[in-house]
Amino acid sequence: MPNQSLRVLTPDGRPPEEQPRWRQDFPIDTADDNYVARRDFTKFMVLISASFVAGQGWIALKTLTARKNGNGEGSARAIAKVGELAVGQTAVFTYPGEHDTCLLVRSAENEFLAYGNKCSHLSCAVIPDVKAGKLNCPCHHGVFDLATGRPLAGPPRRPLSRVLLEVRDGTVYATGVEERTV
Amino acid sequence: MSVSSNLNFYIDPSRCIGCQACVQACSECETHKGHSMIHLEFIDRPHTTQTVPVVCMHCDSPTCAEVCPADAIKRSPDGVVQSARKPRCIACSNCVLACPFGVPKMMSDFELMMKCDMCYDRSSVGLKPMCASVCPSQALFFGTREELELSRPQSAPIDRFKFGNQTITTKVKMMAPRRAVPEHLDVTAAMEVHAPARTVRLEVLNGAG
Repeated sequence: MPNQSLRVLTPDGRPPEEQPRWRQDFPIDTADDNYVARRDFTKFMVLISASFVAGQGWIALKTLTARKNGNGEGSARAIAKVGELAVGQTAVFTYPGEHDTCLLVRSAENEFLAYGNKCSHLSCAVIPDVKAGKLNCPCHHGVFDLATGRPLAGPPRRPLSRVLLEVRDGTVYATGVEERTV
Repeated sequence: MSVSSNLNFYIDPSRCIGCQACVQACSECETHKGHSMIHLEFIDRPHTTQTVPVVCMHCDSPTCAEVCPADAIKRSPDGVVQSARKPRCIACSNCVLACPFGVPKMMSDFELMMKCDMCYDRSSVGLKPMCASVCPSQALFFGTREELELSRPQSAPIDRFKFGNQTITTKVKMMAPRRAVPEHLDVTAAMEVHAPARTVRLEVLNGAG
């Protein structure tokens, strides 16, 4: 029950219309403090929307330049000897940068698979389960297909990035990264 | 939830016996648990044991809020000036220096100003503030005007205080003798006035010597 007799009082005792502008911007009463003018709200909405649009543009630009520079074929790097991994064994390597950790899996006698091990949901490291043919993310129980890197269950919607491999003279080379969105 | 407009806080300093019950009770209040916000002041300690409890007077034009550079002190629709809002308070102590009654406390540990908020959790649901609920002499009284007039025919409430050129009207009222109710209490002028009892006593002593 608000006190009806509560008047807007100021130290100099002059009416609200004669008060300086800042007094309207910094009101003392809670109700006035919570009040948001329609014009202020619209300004806020426009600014936020504009920043979202700019952000989308920035992401688009970044994706385009990234595709031009590095996606697909890159420099080849030896990551493992064929003899080092038994069938069903996995190894961790970094490619192309030193912070881009990837998983190498020998799924069959002559079949090597490699994926970036960052879950496409929130970038947790995925854990391979070769017997079940799956890659599990422990953070939110995301599951990926080991054969394709595509999501099977849980929150991730996009597949893991695939590392292109080449086997020459008993050595496995990583030759590029295929970033996939579907 | 807000404080009912027919419930008021009345302070009668002449009833205060300095028992510190309000100070203890204040620290039990849920809005600032463990920290007593009431000030129990000695008026003139070398000469008298008289104490006076000081709670927030909840001014009509709260000086603490006027001077706050961070816009942290707000008054709810029922006229209660609330403690500083934690996300806004910058612990600058402007309010502590500005309040004519000396109410706000700067809690440097939390970098937050805290003050009496009339136990808003209690008074907003019709309960007495902690201090008023324990005061044995009812120097701190919270209730309706009718209750007050019935129990204290000798005194009447005033709510205008003058500090220099500033006159403040407060939500919390102070009791004055009914036969001579002043229009306002000139606090700064009163600070210059010496208690008449002291002068009399000195004359008596001089005469004896």
